[in-house]
Amino acid sequence: MITLHDVAKTYGDVHALGPVDLEIPTGGVTALVGPNGAGKSTMLTIVGRLLHADTGRVTVGGLDVVTTHPRDLARRLAILRQENHFVARLTVRQLVQLGRFPHSQGRITRDDEAAVDTALGFLDLTDLQHRFLDELSGGQRQRAYVAMVLAQDTDYVLLDEPLNNLDMQHAVAMMARLRRAADELGKTVVLVVHDINFASAYADRIIAMTDGRIRYVGTPAEVMTSTVLSDVFATPVTVVDGPGYPLAVYYRG
Amino acid sequence: MTRSSAPAAPLAATAAPGTRPGRRSALPLVLALAVTLALVVASLFVGVYDLRAEGGGQMFLITRIPRTLALVLAGSAMAVSGLVLQQLTQNRFVEPTTSGTSEWAALGLLLSVLLLPGAGIATRMVVASAAAFVGTMVFMAILRRVQVRSTLVVPVVGIMLGAVVSALTTLIAISTNYLQLLGTWFMGSFTSVVRGQYEVLWIVAAVCVAIFVLADRLTVAGLGRDVATNLGVRYDRLILLGTSLVAVASGVTTVVVGFLPFLGLIVPNVVAMLRGDDLRSNLPWVCLGGIALVTACDIVGRVVRMPFEVPVAMILGIVGAAAFVALVLRVQRRG
Repeated sequence: MITLHDVAKTYGDVHALGPVDLEIPTGGVTALVGPNGAGKSTMLTIVGRLLHADTGRVTVGGLDVVTTHPRDLARRLAILRQENHFVARLTVRQLVQLGRFPHSQGRITRDDEAAVDTALGFLDLTDLQHRFLDELSGGQRQRAYVAMVLAQDTDYVLLDEPLNNLDMQHAVAMMARLRRAADELGKTVVLVVHDINFASAYADRIIAMTDGRIRYVGTPAEVMTSTVLSDVFATPVTVVDGPGYPLAVYYRG
Repeated sequence: MTRSSAPAAPLAATAAPGTRPGRRSALPLVLALAVTLALVVASLFVGVYDLRAEGGGQMFLITRIPRTLALVLAGSAMAVSGLVLQQLTQNRFVEPTTSGTSEWAALGLLLSVLLLPGAGIATRMVVASAAAFVGTMVFMAILRRVQVRSTLVVPVVGIMLGAVVSALTTLIAISTNYLQLLGTWFMGSFTSVVRGQYEVLWIVAAVCVAIFVLADRLTVAGLGRDVATNLGVRYDRLILLGTSLVAVASGVTTVVVGFLPFLGLIVPNVVAMLRGDDLRSNLPWVCLGGIALVTACDIVGRVVRMPFEVPVAMILGIVGAAAFVALVLRVQRRG
């Protein structure tokens, strides 16, 4: 379980988040949605201990993200940020091996190699594993980063807009893989997603935020209503029945 | 904090398709080792003094062996220092002479001479290394506040800082009549390396070993603060540790030899171009490359106008400046 108690963050004069109280249960896929500047990424990076909150306390699987030893935490919690500008000249396999760092401290064991192979297979990167990252397309690179995070083999996986840079085909494939990671590998996946319909189609629960506060928490069926979405996104949204899940339509009033 | 950081663009454009890093034979490394050894042996036998003459054996022990060992130690240390700084700043153009580190070491050295006239070489080195550490941390702190961390802004910041520090050093030297000494320090040269005077350089061998131990952590650091933190590395602590190691290597080398410009720039970049950025497997290459380059330049410096010597820093400066421009153009071309 992920818990946030009274978590708040301010950048200079700008109030970015909170105070927020939240519990995200173990297992499944949780999607954070909301307009730009709603505080989704801020909250996710605070949970992922890449950003320090001004107040409050965050625990992941019972571990306080600030006080737990970094190596112990890195075996339980992995986070991938949106901007991965670095283009180190590493091969895909070398990058994914780095995901094993919290376990092996760089001395790759047979178990580590197996985890790397699994992660590469899971993201369909086995054929690309010896290519350098700077030779890949943006979408392939994005998959390599996700593979690194999966190879870390943590119970909790946080992803900030993992569908960035991905075209339709690869976005669908990525969401399907994250769904499988939750279902088959038993991970708790929390992600920020821009396209509300992806959240509807794949998530178990949706957390809708505006102005640094949590406005709605519920299953897709509960959150995907015209009233809620029009309120959250401040734009008229119609929710229609989709193929097994509701769809938000908002392109033309 | 959101950093609008432009990445350190990789210089290497294309690896030949079909190259499979990781699973390579040891043959290239053996060949590189052989070439480097050949240069080192050549260095032992290049010089004005005829070793077959009387006292040749003594001469060999007093000057040739110390000089060659100093080349090996300083060459590998400065090349590896460049590599470490490049990982820590995520920028390929950073090395001790483009981050101000060496200039701060020189300032420390001058201050130690002025303020502690009776001090031995060990004290000098400590002061120089401490100054190098402070200077590199200043550089890192400025980088953290610079919003536009484009590939070229970073070394420009470092070179500017270095210029300011050198100006201060020169000013102090002028007002204390030490300007002539300063010239000999800044111009890295192995001419005066003799037995009894170079041994402190063994400290940099310890620095190289420590960097080997930290190799994987430094590779992780090369992916930036967020990824490193995610992987359980205490990023700030690692930056401090890495900076201290570079400072010691630069401090010691500056005291014994002087500046060796561009060494830490050319060697790691060429290695990365050919082999990628996996630090652990690159380190032996960077060490060998540093040794080979500095030894080759030193041999050229000794031979080119015999019986006089051209300081190795001058040769390195010529080779290095050309290489630096080539690297910049290569980055520009790739956008």
